[in-house]
Amino acid sequence: MTIEIRSAPHIKGTRSVEQIMRHVVWSLMPICAFFVFQYGLSALLSLLVVTVSCLLTERFFVRQGGQSGDIGDFSAIITGLLLALSLPPGFPLWMGAVAGIVAIALGKALFGGIGFNVFNPALIGRAFVQAAFPQAIASYTPSFMPGRFYEFIPSSMTIPLMQPVSVVAWLQDRQFDALAGATPLAKWKFEGVLANADELLTSLSGHMAVGPSPVLILVCGAYLAFRRFLDWRIPAAILGSAGLTAWMLFALNDVRFPNPFFMLFSGGLILGAVYMATDMATSPVTPKGMWVYGALIGLLTVIIRYYSGLPEGVMYAILIANAATPLIEKITQPTPFGKGVLSNFGRQKKGASYPLHSGYISREDAGAVTPKKRFLFNKPKQPPKE
Amino acid sequence: MKLLSYFRGEAFQRGVHPPSCKLTASTRIRRLPFAPKVTVPLSQHIGKVPRPIVKVGQEVVRGEPIARSDEWLSVPHHAPVTGVVEFIGLRPGVRGPWVESIVIRAHPGASQEDQWGRPRDLADATGGDILQAIWDSGMVGLGGAAFPTHAKLTVPKQAKVHTLVVNGCECEPYLTCDHRVMVEQADALVAGIRYAMRATGAVRSIVGIEDNKPDAAVAIREAIARCGRIPEGEVYAELVPTKYPQGSEKMLVMALFGVEIPAGDLPVSLGMVVNNVGTLAALGKLLPAGRGLTERVVTITGPGVAKPGDYIVPLGTPLRFVLDYAGAPGAESRQVILGGPMMGQAAASLDVPITKGMSGVLVMQGDELAWREHQKTYPCIKCAECVESCPMGLNPSQLGMLAAKREYDLMGSDYHLGECFECGCCSYVCPSNIPLVQQFRIAKQILREKAISK
Repeated sequence: MTIEIRSAPHIKGTRSVEQIMRHVVWSLMPICAFFVFQYGLSALLSLLVVTVSCLLTERFFVRQGGQSGDIGDFSAIITGLLLALSLPPGFPLWMGAVAGIVAIALGKALFGGIGFNVFNPALIGRAFVQAAFPQAIASYTPSFMPGRFYEFIPSSMTIPLMQPVSVVAWLQDRQFDALAGATPLAKWKFEGVLANADELLTSLSGHMAVGPSPVLILVCGAYLAFRRFLDWRIPAAILGSAGLTAWMLFALNDVRFPNPFFMLFSGGLILGAVYMATDMATSPVTPKGMWVYGALIGLLTVIIRYYSGLPEGVMYAILIANAATPLIEKITQPTPFGKGVLSNFGRQKKGASYPLHSGYISREDAGAVTPKKRFLFNKPKQPPKE
Repeated sequence: MKLLSYFRGEAFQRGVHPPSCKLTASTRIRRLPFAPKVTVPLSQHIGKVPRPIVKVGQEVVRGEPIARSDEWLSVPHHAPVTGVVEFIGLRPGVRGPWVESIVIRAHPGASQEDQWGRPRDLADATGGDILQAIWDSGMVGLGGAAFPTHAKLTVPKQAKVHTLVVNGCECEPYLTCDHRVMVEQADALVAGIRYAMRATGAVRSIVGIEDNKPDAAVAIREAIARCGRIPEGEVYAELVPTKYPQGSEKMLVMALFGVEIPAGDLPVSLGMVVNNVGTLAALGKLLPAGRGLTERVVTITGPGVAKPGDYIVPLGTPLRFVLDYAGAPGAESRQVILGGPMMGQAAASLDVPITKGMSGVLVMQGDELAWREHQKTYPCIKCAECVESCPMGLNPSQLGMLAAKREYDLMGSDYHLGECFECGCCSYVCPSNIPLVQQFRIAKQILREKAISK
């Protein structure tokens, strides 16, 4: 005879890891579609190659390493899509594949697979190719090029292990100057040219070398936040802190520093804030910690952009904050019920349906000396009284 | 991310919303027939075990005391049926191990009316008299904890109680026994509240009811109006938001009054005493009649029951008899849960009796439970759902990782494991399907044993 004894709870919520990851992938679909609309065939192929290389690497390590999780949990697809979106559309495909392999192998499998990674895998991949192929990753091409759905950006098709083909000649063919390939951030940093915030927001006007439109990302992110597949605190903290820092610097010196809107909507800040920094495994679990984490990313982004040699700083800001996450969690542990300020000073929370008023006998009046509950192990250690 | 709770202005913002599944919310309470044989375990409550005062072969009438104890933290038991004591000894217990029990064979011809009561007038009884009467009735908390009611209502010497909080939340899915009691026995409930107020010296009483049971609030308000003798503003019925675990006394006090009971303290430190509606309704009936607790309302429900409903069940009725009557004859013990689905206990066997603390019998579909077992378990992805939903404000994610490494001492000392009251919200929401609360139960048990052995 077998006795089956289950331990409560006997019912279970419907949410699963696959469901969370699947929704993130779905929400990325409009962003990817717009990216392809902007840059054509090259972007499509880049998305495919990077994602497939992530999936194959994931498969390899799951089989080899006996790690939990599988490609069926969609997490590697998210890594691949985000990585491809953060790379220039004309990034050589073989380099994209390398980025995907590094992202999963060094960023995720090395730490033990899903849930154990310390850094956002997509950003590990991007940081690797940024260090390995600095030229290729800096060469953006303008969006909405004529004929983008029929031909590739020449650099995409670089032969593996070769330097990318220069796109300058290809651009000149189409009556674009070499400057058209610089991102708005690089233009501001190196040329002092400032793009309009509304143009950046939609990414629709002109031939700008930008990623997917911030508006679209914000809408898709809002859907995820509404369905509670990402935590709204992190993007709110990042954008708030970056906006505030940029605004303060702008107020100090509006010649040297760009306006805060340019800061918010240029580069990868919105994509990073909504999709990369909110990666669950690498961000703090504590609500207070999320605010600290987001504020740190926003601040670091602005500092790196203004004071370092790089035009863009979101990636390093997020990676640094990822590294700080365990520390942030440690100092922002939630206060348990009945141990906080509320109970120590007898303060009341708003919204009670029957708030205590002065007519009640207060605790002091009652002089309550009550028997403590007998959870001995949670009490500070005291020598037993004989 | 309890933004919605925040905008609604809820005082208690955490917790979860499991599907309520209250199948029996609008069916009237029915009476279960008497089983041919009942088993009364001597230990049905928290505290000392009373000793039998009857002998094998002795005739007992329904309501007659059959076990009592001189210990303060203990309650007497009363014969649930008129019949003959057949056996006194070990019988299968609800928790698994066999326990000392009294088996009574019912007289087939007996009318099974209460014959033992000593009706009395409590109009000018003192608080102490009422407490003694409650003690004699064998009453324990009928909400599930089965803590002796007279002990709960006794106010410590230096403390003073101003408010009696009556817990009508019944936040567990499926269970409706408290709901039906509030609707159908509102007059008895109001009478019970008045007794309890006199016993504790409380000047007001507030019945907290989840807002998915507005009919219960209406019934109680009408009963208060009918009662007439109650001064204005002494007894209220107040709605609180529907969520699990609203029925935990700390959460209810939070939702009603917006104050936190300090960790390690009882509600009496804020001048409050919390009691369950079922307990007080039973008191309202038993005290004037001077009878003992011989039956209780039990919700028998779940997808595996043909005739779900709230039944008045004589204590000691075998579970198998109850299930046969309610239309789950083929149920196996692995499908049966005693209590609600969030905190209830899996039945070890169907030969166990209904006890004082059993508020529900839930019969699940076997394949439904099996499905859950075959769900894949992932590592923690740190989605923070458990942190958001833990009503005690703990960090179950961190605790779960520590439990996996068996760092039990650290869990207790730095991560407040002792505050966990095992509501199961963390396991319920976990997308990685990690058995969090199950691990915490083991950790707490180990720490408890360590504390004792020190």
